[in-house]
Amino acid sequence: MRILKRVLEGRVAQSFWCRYPNPFSTHVLSEDTVFRQVDSKGQLRSLRLLTKTNLPPKWGEHVVSNRTVKIIEESVVDPKTKTMTTYTRNIGYTKVMSITEKVVYRQSLESSNQTVAERTAWIDSQAENGFHHVLNMMFPGHLAPAVVHTQKHSVLSEQKEKLRESAKRATEMAKAKARPVVAACQPEVE
Amino acid sequence: MNSVSEECNELKNSYDKCFNEWFSLKFLKGEKSDKMCAELFEKYQQCVKNAMKNQNISIEDVEQFQLGSEQEKKAPPKK
Repeated sequence: MRILKRVLEGRVAQSFWCRYPNPFSTHVLSEDTVFRQVDSKGQLRSLRLLTKTNLPPKWGEHVVSNRTVKIIEESVVDPKTKTMTTYTRNIGYTKVMSITEKVVYRQSLESSNQTVAERTAWIDSQAENGFHHVLNMMFPGHLAPAVVHTQKHSVLSEQKEKLRESAKRATEMAKAKARPVVAACQPEVE
Repeated sequence: MNSVSEECNELKNSYDKCFNEWFSLKFLKGEKSDKMCAELFEKYQQCVKNAMKNQNISIEDVEQFQLGSEQEKKAPPKK
């Protein structure tokens, strides 16, 4: 999914580091940088550990005992190409479900003051294997993949205006609620 | 935002403040040296790594760099 954002690349990167807490992410409990270095190519590589609440639905409460999940977020910021790549995945619970998301932020080719975010997600659910095995036993010939890849690369050009308006409303709402946090992070104000 | 342990919150906040300044005023303007916040980062890291050990969070499991490596997941070919 490509999302056009009315924000310069530098501001997207700056805001990325400060995005927690925000009114839409009350489930994030902690955020720590555990590695950070400028590499030989001049790129900034970071690795952050996040913990999030993991509240299962009522029917799953007796299965899931731990109420938090740990997330690893790797990122690379390349100031020369003006791109930022993030790669986020969960650790723990990976035998049940593994979710990986890669986002590449880059300057839009259509407009230099816009950023495009290209998002790819992989969802691997091992729990599905047992279910498909039983299905196959009961109904021979049933075929199911062991791994499900979900990927959206559609261009939303026909919905640009709607997305811009929604993003603008969401930003205004977030700004009104998160003003002290924005001030503390000191990103540039548009 | 909180650190994984309350004891590290102050060190984290000091480092984050330095980093945000370095990132926007130095790094994005072409400076490659990250010495500006190195001392704060070192103190913060010692605290976080200790906290992770106390909470039985494996540092080896966490410090696995997959982005750019063979382990990185690849997108299926576009149809």
